[in-house]
Amino acid sequence: MTLVSRNRSTAGDPAADVEPADPEEASASTASPATRVLGALSLGAVVLWLLYGLWWSPPDVEQSDAVRLFYVHVPSAILAYAGCFLTTVASALWLRRRTPGWDALASASAELGLVFVTITLVTGSLWGRVTWGTYWTWDARLTSTALLAVMLVGYLALRRVEVTPAGSVRAAVVGLLLIPNVIIVNRSVEWWRSLHQRATITKLDPSIGGEMLVAFFVGMVAGALVFAWLLIHRFRLAWLEQQVERHDLDAAVAARRAEAGAAGATSAVEAQA
Amino acid sequence: MWRDAALVAQRDLRIELRSRVATNQVAPFAVLVLVLFAFALDPDRGVLDRATPGLYWIAVLLAALLAVTRSTSLDEAGGTRDALRLSALEPAGIFLGKVVAVAGQLLALELLLALGVAVLYDAELSGFGLLATTCAAATVAVAASGVLYGALVAGLRARDTLLPLLLLPVLAPVLIAATRAFEAALGTSATDGWAWCGLIAGFAVVYLVVGSSAYGALLEDS
Amino acid sequence: MELVVHFRAAVALLGRFPALAGVDLDVAPGQVVLLRGPNGAGKTTVLRACAGLVPVVAGDAVVLGCDLRRDRRRVRSRVGLLGHSTGLYDDLTVGENVRFWGRAGRARTEDIDAALALLGLDGRLRDVPARQLSAGQRRRTSFACLLARRPELWLLDEPHAGLDREARDQVDALVRQATSQGATVLFASHELDRAEALADHTVELAGGTTPTAPAPDTTSSDRSGSERGTTAPAGAPVPEEEAAAGVA
Repeated sequence: MTLVSRNRSTAGDPAADVEPADPEEASASTASPATRVLGALSLGAVVLWLLYGLWWSPPDVEQSDAVRLFYVHVPSAILAYAGCFLTTVASALWLRRRTPGWDALASASAELGLVFVTITLVTGSLWGRVTWGTYWTWDARLTSTALLAVMLVGYLALRRVEVTPAGSVRAAVVGLLLIPNVIIVNRSVEWWRSLHQRATITKLDPSIGGEMLVAFFVGMVAGALVFAWLLIHRFRLAWLEQQVERHDLDAAVAARRAEAGAAGATSAVEAQA
Repeated sequence: MWRDAALVAQRDLRIELRSRVATNQVAPFAVLVLVLFAFALDPDRGVLDRATPGLYWIAVLLAALLAVTRSTSLDEAGGTRDALRLSALEPAGIFLGKVVAVAGQLLALELLLALGVAVLYDAELSGFGLLATTCAAATVAVAASGVLYGALVAGLRARDTLLPLLLLPVLAPVLIAATRAFEAALGTSATDGWAWCGLIAGFAVVYLVVGSSAYGALLEDS
Repeated sequence: MELVVHFRAAVALLGRFPALAGVDLDVAPGQVVLLRGPNGAGKTTVLRACAGLVPVVAGDAVVLGCDLRRDRRRVRSRVGLLGHSTGLYDDLTVGENVRFWGRAGRARTEDIDAALALLGLDGRLRDVPARQLSAGQRRRTSFACLLARRPELWLLDEPHAGLDREARDQVDALVRQATSQGATVLFASHELDRAEALADHTVELAGGTTPTAPAPDTTSSDRSGSERGTTAPAGAPVPEEEAAAGVA
């Protein structure tokens, strides 16, 4: 994500209230040495992930190759919930401290959460097709994850409608309620589905061992690295957008004063005429 | 705070009595939803009977969307919103007052719908204790979360479409729980209805607390 | 003597737009001050900022001893704002509206009743729903809501707009009575003749700033006009002369 090939980067620290003295100094790129290393690592990890997932790990006894979807599905699910959790925490911290960095973090991690939750749902649905023959079953986890997806969509829709540079109270409250809502939804949906005992549900988690365990582990690490890399870039993008807004403010104030000066000048001329 | 809540609740209910939006528009809408379900699900094949509790609560939820939108719009227009901020009313009190008013309207609606369901779907109402408690808890739950999310989208241009998108997923657990509790009360299911009722009550408490705390900040945001 | 309103280079934002881009304003107790300027100059924003409704992000802004930059909520219960929109509930009657807003502002019942009586709203009009009122009657009801709270600072946004002559006279009488009882009035108006007759002095607003220096505060009936200039606001008061005719 290099807009201009420079080496400097903005500080990604959400707790610092950074005011660039000269807007030209702020970097036009969201890259930095740290993200380059991270990016390289994640690329490597993803390659490993693919290798393990597609070739090196054996097919499961009962599910054959369909189990490979799990190496994507489970890490994505975990990361999706992690993104959600991050959004809630960042929203809470923003409401408490009101530094714009937290708001940027909340929206960035919600977007990533949505990406990963979509991956989770798609892989879960494909897995269901292969093993149970249907694209969708109303099992507890898939259903609550689907509701989570809708809630994230709602949060992001709200952010689109109300765009404020310093962060929005409304979005923060919705973000804050994300995790509590998710917990309540999970509890009620699981309880509900447990009333209907179905044989297919017990087959959800294959027993894993050996190379499959390694594949899982690699998947987790790769996913986490990709998540972190994307998060940092997305956060910095949002941060830069906010800096631009703040710079614009000074320009706008100056423009308004100039407008007043011009109005004064013309009527002074009129008055003297 | 309680005095403020009483003041606001009284005001909202009085406005409702005068304008009769709930009685003239929301209630017929809810009954219409019940009728539409009958069209879709064909009363003669027994599906309607089995689905009655769920359909009842869906009708309540959809009607609640309208009631909440109406309650929010009362204080949305620039003049009254500013005046509320300038007044000495405590935001938590305003929130609770609005919740009471919306809950009152919803309770009346639920009674009407229960009648509608008994008549239109030929349902038998038994297990009154559980039914009544569930209704009470669910009403508070829906009202509290509704007023909070209504305040969240108040004044935005996409308000009417954002509210269902934000509120309905949040209310999904209430729908699940209330339906199961009703099924338990009516004897069609062997689940523990009171436990489901407890879940709804917990939900209501969470939203009452969060709403009271957040309402002040939401009023400011304009 | 302590100023009721003190603004220095105040900058206020409406969303991202700097509605006020450096306003200087001083209002002494008991004064009636007129805010004048073209549309979009920021008069409404100045009034709303004084009410603590709009955040001030730069400069000094102190109203009734409360620093608006630190906590603008404290000042709200001590001011009364009459805005463009009436702040009335259409479905409630006049009496119910005034009583609600009075109680919401912690007014005493006597004050509420007195306000209704003073504005002639305690007769037949008391039980008329707000939606059926004429513009003048609505304005009177809003005034009653404001009066009932007995605020120390009155903020009136174009109080004469849309009223007939009798109603305008009534508004003027109310303002004079308020100041005689110790309140301070800051109002914006396009009704220049009437407003200047009412006001102790005038503040010119343009493009979110005050192009002139803040007027002196001590003497009451200081009939000063305003001087136009392009210089940045200085600190010292300058000698006034009546503004030339044809000032917009």
